[in-house]
Amino acid sequence: MSRKILIAAMAGVLAAGAAQAGDVRIACYSDGNECEATEVLAARFMAQNSDIKIIIDKQPFKSIQENLPVQLAAGQGPDIARTTDFGPVAKYMLDLTPYLKDPKYWEASFGPVLNWMRKDSSDHGIYGLMTQLTISAPLVNKTLFDQAGVPVPKAGATWDDWAAAVKKVSVATKLNAGMAWDRSGARFAGPSISMGAKYFAADGSPAVVDDGFKTAASKYVAWSQDGTVDRDVWVAAGGGYRDAFAEFANGKIAMYLSGSWQLTRLEKQIGDGFEWVVASAPCGVGGCTGMPGGAGFVAFKNTKNPKDVAKFLDFLADEKVYAEWMVMTNNVPAHTALQKQSLPYKLSPAGNAAITAFGANAALLTPLAYKLQGDPMSRPIFGAVADRISAVMAGQMTLDQAYARITADVADAVAATKK
Amino acid sequence: MVKLVAALYAALMNLPERPMKWAQSQLSGGRLGWVFVGPNLAIFAIFTFLPIAFDLHYALTGGTQLLPGDRPYVGAENFASLLDCTDHFDPNSCRRDLFWHGIWNTLAFVGLQVGLMLFFSLLTAIVLNGRIIGRSFFRAAFFYPVLLSPVVVALIWKWILQREGLLNAAMEGVGATPVNWLLDGNWAFFWSVFVSIWAHMGFYTLILLAGLQSIPAEINEASQMDATRPFRHFTRITLPLLMPNVLVVLVLGLIRAVQIFDEVYVLTGGGPGSATTFVVQYIYKTGFADQVRQYGLAAAASLLLASVLLVLTLIQMKGQGGGKQRG
Amino acid sequence: MANLLTARRGRLRWDWTDWAAHLYLVLGTLVMFGPVLWLGLSSVKSESGLQAYPPTILPYEQARIDVPERGTLKLFHVTQGEHAGQDLAEVRRLGLQSQLVDPANPGTLIRLPIEARTPVMRLHAAWENFTDLFSQFSFARIVWNSVFITVVATVLTLLVNSMAAFALSKYKFSGRDQVFLLMLATLMIPPTIVLVPNYLIASQLGLTNSPWGVIWPAVATPTGVFLLRQYMLTLPDELLEAARMDHASEWRIYWRIILPLSSPALAVLAIFSVMWRWNEFLWPMVVLSRSESFTLPLALNSFQGELTTQWHFLLAMTVLTLLPVTAIFVVLQRHIAQGIASAGVK
Repeated sequence: MSRKILIAAMAGVLAAGAAQAGDVRIACYSDGNECEATEVLAARFMAQNSDIKIIIDKQPFKSIQENLPVQLAAGQGPDIARTTDFGPVAKYMLDLTPYLKDPKYWEASFGPVLNWMRKDSSDHGIYGLMTQLTISAPLVNKTLFDQAGVPVPKAGATWDDWAAAVKKVSVATKLNAGMAWDRSGARFAGPSISMGAKYFAADGSPAVVDDGFKTAASKYVAWSQDGTVDRDVWVAAGGGYRDAFAEFANGKIAMYLSGSWQLTRLEKQIGDGFEWVVASAPCGVGGCTGMPGGAGFVAFKNTKNPKDVAKFLDFLADEKVYAEWMVMTNNVPAHTALQKQSLPYKLSPAGNAAITAFGANAALLTPLAYKLQGDPMSRPIFGAVADRISAVMAGQMTLDQAYARITADVADAVAATKK
Repeated sequence: MVKLVAALYAALMNLPERPMKWAQSQLSGGRLGWVFVGPNLAIFAIFTFLPIAFDLHYALTGGTQLLPGDRPYVGAENFASLLDCTDHFDPNSCRRDLFWHGIWNTLAFVGLQVGLMLFFSLLTAIVLNGRIIGRSFFRAAFFYPVLLSPVVVALIWKWILQREGLLNAAMEGVGATPVNWLLDGNWAFFWSVFVSIWAHMGFYTLILLAGLQSIPAEINEASQMDATRPFRHFTRITLPLLMPNVLVVLVLGLIRAVQIFDEVYVLTGGGPGSATTFVVQYIYKTGFADQVRQYGLAAAASLLLASVLLVLTLIQMKGQGGGKQRG
Repeated sequence: MANLLTARRGRLRWDWTDWAAHLYLVLGTLVMFGPVLWLGLSSVKSESGLQAYPPTILPYEQARIDVPERGTLKLFHVTQGEHAGQDLAEVRRLGLQSQLVDPANPGTLIRLPIEARTPVMRLHAAWENFTDLFSQFSFARIVWNSVFITVVATVLTLLVNSMAAFALSKYKFSGRDQVFLLMLATLMIPPTIVLVPNYLIASQLGLTNSPWGVIWPAVATPTGVFLLRQYMLTLPDELLEAARMDHASEWRIYWRIILPLSSPALAVLAIFSVMWRWNEFLWPMVVLSRSESFTLPLALNSFQGELTTQWHFLLAMTVLTLLPVTAIFVVLQRHIAQGIASAGVK
């Protein structure tokens, strides 16, 4: 008797894991409410298409970043994943062109960012949909500037102007540091391109350390030593990303180089605690650029339902739906037509002003910034830059040693991918 | 309830009775032992030995491909690049500087952490072995952190130690200047040692306490009568009797310390710079977290680490001599 | 010092060593347990309360007040000027100036420089950190997954490890010592370094996205075999001989005699196994990628995005995960101590 019950119980347990064919699985991670917003839209999509079932698996970012390539290599993994790092999964991505309703609409609407998901310049496939466009830009604590009696530098001001201004504010209002940049090679790329860094040789291969880069790096390190820049944000971590939002929200810095993804937090956690504004990217010989970025939903070859995958992405890419999605998540659209409209965000006046300012910054992005962001080597470059410059700031190596290490790290990554 | 569990246990355990009896009739002497170790060994084979064989293959191949069949053979290149230094004592002169930072940091960490942990667990065990009001409460309080996962341990302490954390607020509260605990290489190293002791010492304290309690009371009483030199009594009588327990603490502590990774990784990220980067973190970063994953390098580094550990264990076993009967 | 280093049962009077010992223990308890309490208190702070510096011990948030026609406004205490001492509600803030109203007389705007007012704080536990969690996940499913994996893995661990320990302690066969050494050697392998090959193997065996993918690799623990073997070595062989005389089968001897006698060691292993499986993160993260197969630590970490982390949820979730383990520990702590005492070292 007891034996039968036991066997029945075991069988029940074993059967519980099986999944249905015909589902579209999306591996999603959230920086705010992106997955939840997509769930709302997916519910509507499923009401219209009762034969398709969209399942959104909300995961830690780490899980997607580290495991997705392993899963795909083993022939497993989701049908769609939200990721920012397209390089390692590039060879598993599905070209959606034959399945899309109107590939031309995609080209026209998402042209500049479709390249990011492509393998090289000869590749014309459409591999996915950017879930937003992020733009890095300076966030300014205007209240601190006002207290110090220093005017906020206007559009067109150089990085040196900004450094001098925030230094004045920090002295007048007794701050430890005038500004902070997120600990990220991508953030660093904005100022360095503005100061003349080229990042690539004439043949298109990575060549990170040049005169422009050296100018930016040596200025940044010098600023971190005289209290213009908050050194701690970069030194605190041995590797990886660290933001400086807490420093900004607590009024410890006058200017914070971060980006558009902070909007929800700015609204929620600062609100009217002080007056915060988004400034225009500071300038240099290379322009006045920040960095574009963002995550995308990419589709994979091992899906059993490519048509359904494309149908759902077509649904999300629709101008109206996409606009709604952006409003729900407080994001800047990657859709070129929508970028020119003002969307009905449910934000405070400060938030609305900020999103307009981010849009204005998007227009300043240089082609090099787009190219760097989309290059397969961008992540190794960003990682090496952040880690090695942090080591200089921590006093563990000299700038010249760091330059040599950055060059070697990037060359090493290039060599490994060529094998 | 107890009866139900007992009945369930009996019903379950009766299931393999017949096949086991058959096996017993087929195998003579101690060879039935193989049937009993079988399941354990099989799982080890699949999930430990086979992966190590994979690692060996990875170590001898290069590139970023994940499937073993896709990887080009490169011979000892991975090992050579790891060992390529002009001066092995100066990580900055090495081709893989982080690996060597990891090695030297790990060595320093192991020495400091194991020594201090032994000292504090011994001290706590001795105190707890005395005449203490509320002993089981204190014993529980010291053990509790052992239950926490490494990630939680690190998150708790990060929350306390960060620049805008509890400790600095408390220091400002009493008028001291706040310190950037995780920004100064030496402090960050100190805190990684501290936090890992915090998280594990409860377990070792219990082992040592058990040893202390098994020392017959007469021995202590006898020596208390005549001896006026308690320290001598401790080193001459208590410590030798406690030696087997101390050894277990040392061996387990050493193995854990060499493998130190997640607590410190979440706490400091290996920084500032590379001040708290340890070998396992290098392996994780190279093979798993980096954008360009060099599995070959990671596997070669792990094989180097494993062989060092194996040598250490062998030395320890040799040194223990009669340890075989006792384990 | 004299008495600290030797046992001293039987003395009646307290001397300074007793005071020192208790002082050490009280301070130690603060260090060991205080951080966990801090975590608990932080988990009921609001999102902005968590970011605040200096941090408050108890969860505070700025008081709000309903003002007719103006909605819910933040309350400030005025420190300077003619309104000093009053509590006013802020309508809006413009740069360095604040526009406030008296809640009793909401018609007139009062303009003050911002440094003339400080926020009125009140105690407020943000239970919504917890309640919101339940709407974020199919919580019952996740708890069930965690419980299932923990219980099944622990039962299997006890069975498989005790069988191996029985063989290694009570049988003599050639290759036995080598097997034991081999198992001990696996203690040296940091789990991180076999992650990738293990995934490839699990995927070949069809174990991905199934609780069994977490359970099977965890079942054979070197620590468990070691612990149980050491304990079984102390059980007298005569017991086995007597049973063999009665024609009991070897399997029966194992489960009828050896296992019940090893219960202190089994209890210790059970506790450790429960703790390991309940807290395990890295391997489940690799092998489970569908939300319906998630365990608690995975759900907890899904609040970590690339650029931002939702700390208020993460902390609440951490506390929820800790509760069951703490409860088990409080109930069983005496047994754990005794179990380690009797099984840990022999």
